[in-house]
Parts: sequence; structure tokens; C-alpha cells
Amino acid sequence: MTTSLIGARVARKEDYRFLTGAGQYTDDVALPHQTYAAFVRSPHAHASLKKISIDKAKKAPGVVAVYTGADLAAAKVGGLPCGWLITDVKGQPMKEPPYPSLAQGKVRHVGERVAVVIAESAAQAKDAAELIDVDYQVLPAVVDPKKAQSSKPIHESAPDNTCYVWAIGDKSQVDAAFAKAAHVTKLDFVNNRLVPNAIEPRSANATYSRADEGYTLYVASQNPHVERLLMTAFVLGLPESKVRVVAPDVGGGFGSKIYLYPEDVVVTWASRQLGRPVKWTAERSESFVSDAHGRDHVTTAELALDKDGKFLALRVRTTANMGAYLSTFASCIPTILYATLLAGQYTTPAIYCEVTAVFTNTTPVDAYRGAGRPEATYVVERLVETAAREMKIEPSEIRRRNFITQFPYQTPVALCYDTGNYGATLDAAMKMADVAHFPDRREQSLRKGKFRGLGYACYIEACGIAPSNVAGSLGARAGLFEAGEIRVHPTGTVTVFTGSHAHGQGHETTFAQVVADRLGLSMEQVEIVHGDTSKVLFGMGTYGSRSIAVGGTAIVKALDKVVAKGKKIAAHLLEASEGDIEYDRGTFKVAGTDKKKTFGEVAFAAYVPHNYPLDKLEPGLNENAFYDPTNFTFPAGSYVCEVEVDRETGATQIVAFTAVDDFGKIINPMIVEGQVHGGLTQGIGQALTEHTVYDDSGQLLSGSFADYSIPRASDVPLFKIDTRETPCTHNPLGVKGCGEAGAIGAPAAVMNAITDALGVKDLTMPATAQTVWRAMQKA
Amino acid sequence: MSVKVSMKVNGKPVSAEVEARTLLVTFIRENLRLTGTHVGCDTAQCGACTVHMNGKAIKSCSIVAMQAEGADILTIEGVAHADGTLHPMQAAFKENHGLQCGFCTPGMVMNALDFAKSHPNPSEQEVRESLEGNLCRCTGYHNIVKSIMAGARAMAASK
Repeated sequence: MTTSLIGARVARKEDYRFLTGAGQYTDDVALPHQTYAAFVRSPHAHASLKKISIDKAKKAPGVVAVYTGADLAAAKVGGLPCGWLITDVKGQPMKEPPYPSLAQGKVRHVGERVAVVIAESAAQAKDAAELIDVDYQVLPAVVDPKKAQSSKPIHESAPDNTCYVWAIGDKSQVDAAFAKAAHVTKLDFVNNRLVPNAIEPRSANATYSRADEGYTLYVASQNPHVERLLMTAFVLGLPESKVRVVAPDVGGGFGSKIYLYPEDVVVTWASRQLGRPVKWTAERSESFVSDAHGRDHVTTAELALDKDGKFLALRVRTTANMGAYLSTFASCIPTILYATLLAGQYTTPAIYCEVTAVFTNTTPVDAYRGAGRPEATYVVERLVETAAREMKIEPSEIRRRNFITQFPYQTPVALCYDTGNYGATLDAAMKMADVAHFPDRREQSLRKGKFRGLGYACYIEACGIAPSNVAGSLGARAGLFEAGEIRVHPTGTVTVFTGSHAHGQGHETTFAQVVADRLGLSMEQVEIVHGDTSKVLFGMGTYGSRSIAVGGTAIVKALDKVVAKGKKIAAHLLEASEGDIEYDRGTFKVAGTDKKKTFGEVAFAAYVPHNYPLDKLEPGLNENAFYDPTNFTFPAGSYVCEVEVDRETGATQIVAFTAVDDFGKIINPMIVEGQVHGGLTQGIGQALTEHTVYDDSGQLLSGSFADYSIPRASDVPLFKIDTRETPCTHNPLGVKGCGEAGAIGAPAAVMNAITDALGVKDLTMPATAQTVWRAMQKA
Repeated sequence: MSVKVSMKVNGKPVSAEVEARTLLVTFIRENLRLTGTHVGCDTAQCGACTVHMNGKAIKSCSIVAMQAEGADILTIEGVAHADGTLHPMQAAFKENHGLQCGFCTPGMVMNALDFAKSHPNPSEQEVRESLEGNLCRCTGYHNIVKSIMAGARAMAASK
């Protein structure tokens, strides 16, 4: 009798290599005849390029080549494409200005690439880059999204700096509900811009072989097949069959490594020009100005309630900053992944949201952990908590009065929730956080000179992205299925190829648990392979907490095919009819008898088909599956944050944080807990410490770890976390996804706690000591 | 200007001709091809490049290789036992899920090894303070703190 591996805290297969320094990240890849690239980046946020003088650099020691935008234009290297077409309120397509890999005539943000130097060593490339003289004619810049529409155009094709104005929901129904509301709560929000800051900087190393006319690109990417598709089909005009993209170990992504970046294009193109491998690895200062940023919304939102605190309608107006160019998925973040989540966990019958996306002279903005859903949760949960305080209803009670309790539930903003139990997670979180005794703790804090506050957030997210036909109807230019392959070897061990990509999530363990459990094998008999387009059949990659729900399901579908074929083989070997064969954890049995064959025996027969139904069945045991989900999954949870604010300094400490999540079925609780801890900390970082500051000329003032504060160990507590389970109804594992939850729910919980502590209505993130101190002076 | 540097790394004598400005981390990664020591920030903030020099944890991005002339350097590749089994601190990180993407991990382990020498049974607070110079973006530190507390106790017990 084997115990199930589903739900087991299995230690990770990948840990040994990371703990012994044997991980292989992109910058660790060194190829014969390696060269190194350094980019010359614009120091100005907006300028015309008058002249680029490269002669001195070309003659510098070790320099192999110098290229500018003119070289790429002459070679007909295209601009970077955007993967999602948003159609505006007038039925017009969004504005898609060209996004060149090296600047063409103009630069539009600090850090934009103007030229590249390739040399024998990284130091020589950087030295020579200093010798390139660029004559800039500086133009006026705009960084504030609210000022974008009245500023000088950044792109010719968008004279008012507007990418689109988009809306969802029934405006007249919403206006009618507001007209009869007993109470309206209104808030203005800034959802602060964040810099992702995976600890591994981006890196790309490309090589070209004249012998087979093929390229290999090693790159820190979350989705190597998507990177290949975008680069070959849209930018370099190459056949995909000639380009192999390998994303080896990747040191964190959080969204920032989803996208096709100009540096990847340039090193790939240059590797062919030079016939040598070209490697570029970002310095952290380059990461700050060239990795796509996250969030950056300015929003006004209003909630209409009846006299009992029932939500009648929600009206939201958001201006979303796209930055200087449209990054790969930028356009769908503040629309499809944001406004569709504004129902939250509640029965609000009417919702209207209008989003204006604008260009500014800042680094492009795209998905960052949560991607639109943290912004939606922040709007809904800050409004709900504020409404409760204004109406003198206990904040947990106002939520209960409005929770969705009947499923499936069709929201007024497109999504249909399949299942959930929001009361259960809230009950559990309140008990675990000991909310009942909060007044005593508040009293104790006050005695030591500290204001104590408690805040909730009850979030929902849409994960398992996505049903391709739904995504397509909303503007997606790609499918969003996932692929998997099960290759059974002659002796019965298994290699699994998945289109999902792991960059910290532990798929090599979690996916192996699923496979080993289903086939009745040991963990050691299952190997998971990902991140290489020459090995994996296809893949849409990892983002949006989609890996287990979509990638895991593709693997299960392929496993079902393996078992189905195995039954045919076993039926032949056991001289029984196929319908009588049962598969039970590693053994094919004839029902009701003791006749059986092990998985290994069946695999061996498939590869050594001496006694095999060759007239009816192909040899071998190797199956693929592509899985396209029928709906999103809807993880949800309840968070309770308690803070202490120093009355003298405004310094805020998270003294307790409780999170109870419903991720559906859980494969490995240890890994899930780790995902929650990490997500919560990023959410707390957004709320307390992470402040992206541009000055009016477009200089990024917070451009290093000394200026931009990602949370340190002393900024966060030990978390109290637990789960409740309503299995997803439309995938065979019953899973929903867990990667982003913490980052989605935490900011609202923290800010609700701080505003409770201070007794103020609103406060802007990040709630640094200075911001809190100023608010206290006004309160 | 190139100079000759010689030192002992993970118990083995090594030497190379390098440019005078070569950082110790560059020497370790590029000359010796010991790529377990990582570069995360270039500004001595993140701690991914932490190694031991003469038994003390240092950030190898903040000194040049010449400054380590004659020194005894230990990198993450030299931490496990000769038979490949994990050191108790490494084992504690594995048992407590103290790593996710693995990029900050070598620096975390090297820092923790030095810290544990003087803190055989550290408190949560002491561990958090010891991590002032090491950034992690994946774990939220929760399981790193637990790993180091457990690892330090295991090291003390195995003495």
C-alpha cells in the first residue's frame, strides 16, 4: 500500500544543486569564443538623437563590434510586438507605437538602449561604451500619468499620449444605483509603481552556428517558447526551427522575465553578425531602468451602499501608466486582469470601470506578481473597509453581508466563479488572528507609546490563465493552453516534459509528486524537464499562477493516455480483454483475478515488442497532451494584518500577519506555504517600503537597493498561515494556483491596519515612516 | 595593468594573471569558473556574492582579488562534505524549505555559517538582524530564519 504523494511535504528535488553552488543560471553559461555586450543607455527621459559617435569605441582594446539603431534598421530587425490587442470604447484598436530594440532617432525613457558594444571581456565592453559620444537634444518629459494627456507627444502615432480608453460594465445601471444609495464611500488611490527586482539580474547569451544556420539563446526567461515565437516571427524573421531558446535555472521572475526584451534580440542578432557567442548580463542599475515595472495606477473609486451596508454598485476610474513603450503584455494588465476582478468576493450587482492607459517617459510597465489583481483588490478592499468604518459596521460583518455564497456565480464584470467559501476563510483567519482580543492588545500598545491597528483583506484572483477562446475574444494574440509530454523509458522510469517553467516554484518536485502518485512510482523514478525549446514540445510558460492548474493538468491528460495505452498492452500480455484491465498504483490487473503486470513490465514490452500486438498497436510508450482550460480558477482568501505605529516617529511594524487561503487541492503544502510567505512579503513591500520615485525630468531617483527598499528580514514577521479547501470544479487535480495570492491581498490588509491605527481615512502607499508621521500630524 | 594573484580556494592553491581591478567575485566566477557565488546587485547590498575569507563572511563584490592575496577562501562549492553529503546548515535549508529560486541561497548559507559560529542557539530576532546584508525576493525570509535557527543548533550539536 503506497501512501499518496498528493498533499505530502516532500523536500525539493532541486535543492541539492542550489545549496551546493551547482545551479546553472544564464550568466553561469560560458561558451567557447565568448564575447560580452555592454549597452549604452540614454541618460535622458526624452530626447532626439542628433549624432552617435562610435569611432573611439570601435578602436578601444578588445572591442569586436559596435552597433546602433541604424544597423538594426538596415538589417530590417523589427520592433518588439505587444501580445494583447485592447479595443477602445469607440471600437478602435489601441495605439501601438514602434518599440525598437536600439533607439531610432529618439529616446523615450532613461535607460533606453542607444548602442551596444561587444568586446572580448565584459570590462572591455563597459570601458568602450564609455567612449561613445551621443549628442542628445533634450525634449520635455512627462512622468505623471495624470499629466500625460496634456503633455507633448512621446510617439507620433499617439498625439495625446493615450494608448486606449477602455471600459467594462453597465454605466447606466451603476449610475441609477448610486442615485438611490443610502451611503457612498469615495476614495482616491495611487497604486504605487514597483520595480520587480528578482535577485538574479536579467541575462542573455546567444550563439549562432554557420554549420546548421541555427541559433541558441540562453536567457533568464519565464516562458522560452513564447520568447522564441515573438522573436522569430515578429522581430528577426527567422524560422522557429532554427532557434533554440534555453531558460536554465532562473533566479526569480515575478513577471519581469515573461517579456521579450530588446537585449535578447540584440545579442541574438549580433551572434550571427560575429559568428561568436554574445553574452549580456544586467548590472542592478540596468535592471532598475530596463526590467518592466509593475502597477502605477491612479484611481478614483466609489462604492454605493444601502442603509444596511449591502453593496449596490461600484464605479471606478483608473489611469494606468504604460511607460514609454508597450511591453509584451502591458495592455491587458490594467484591463482584462484588473477590471474583471472588481466584484471581489461580493454580490455587488452593478460595476462600471473605465481605464485610460497613457504613455509617459518612464520604463515600460507590465505584469508584476499579481498583475492587475492586486490593484483591483486594493480598490475593493480599501473601499469596503472604509465604508464599514463610515457606517459603523464591523468590517468583517459588512463583508459577510455581501459575500457570494451561491456558486457558480456570474459577476457583472465577465467572470464566472466556479466555487469558493469566503466565510470559511474569514472565520478561520479571525480565529487564528485572535481578533476577539485585539482591543486588549491595542490597549497594551498604547501604554508603550504605540498606535495599534487591525486591517482585513478578502481577496479573489483569477488564475489558471486561460481559456484560449475567451482570451482571444478579449484581444489575446496567443493561445493560453499548456503542453506536457510523458516519456516512459524501457525500464519504467519516466521523463516528463512540461511547458511550464520553474524559477523558484519547485515544479521539479510538485509535478513529480503528481506523476509519481498517478503512476504509482517513486519520486526518484520521475524526472521533470522544462525550459528548453529543443526538449519540450511547446509551452506558454509560467505566470498568473497558472502552472499547476494548466501545466499540471496537461501532464495529467498525458498520463491518462499513457495508462490507456498501457492497458491495451497489459490486456495482450495477460490475455484478457482491455475492458477488464484496471490500473492501480504501478500495477495493471485483470479485474477480479490475481493476474497482473507491473508498470515496468508493460513499459519494457512496449520497447521490446517481442510479445506485442504489433498489428494493432505502435510500439513505445510516449504521450503528449495539450490542455486548454474551460474557465479560470478562483483562489481566494482572508488576511488579517496587525500593525504598531510609533507615535513619535511614524515607524510602522507588522506585529502579526494571518493569511488563510483557499487554493483548492494542494499538492505540496511546504511549497505552497513558501509561495504565500514570499507573496505576502512582496505585498508588504509595496505597502510599506517600496517607493519608485521619478523626478519631473524623468530621472529614476530610486535606482539602486540603497534607494529602493525591497523588504529585509527585519521588515516582516513570522507569518501565521493556513488553508481551507474548495476544490476547483473544472480541472482533474482540483487545483487553483497559489503563486500570487500574498502579493494580491497583503497591501490592502496592511493599509487597512495602518489607517485603523491612525484613525485616518486614507494614506498613500508606501506607508514609510515619513508618510505615516505626516498623516499623524494632520489627524 | 595585470597582476598575479595567488590564494587558496576551497582548500586548493590557485593563481592567475588578472587585471588589477578584477573583483574577487569575478576572479572566483570567471577565472576559477566557480559559479555558485552570484552577483545580484554590484553595490554590496544583496549579499549573493558572500564567501568566507580567512574564516569570515565577506562580500566578494566589494574587494578586488589582489586584496585576497595569500588568503584562504571558502565558497559554496566547498561547504558540503567530501562525499557530497550536505553540511548541517545546507541540510537545514533543505528541510525547512529555506530556498526557492536558489539565487540568493549560496550567500545566505555562507553568511549563516559564519553567524552560527558565534550563535549556537540564536533567537529569531538575532537571525533577522544577521540577515541585514542579505536580500531574498522569494521566501519572505520566514523559512530562511527557521533554516538558520535549525542549522545553527545542528552545527552546535555536531561539535
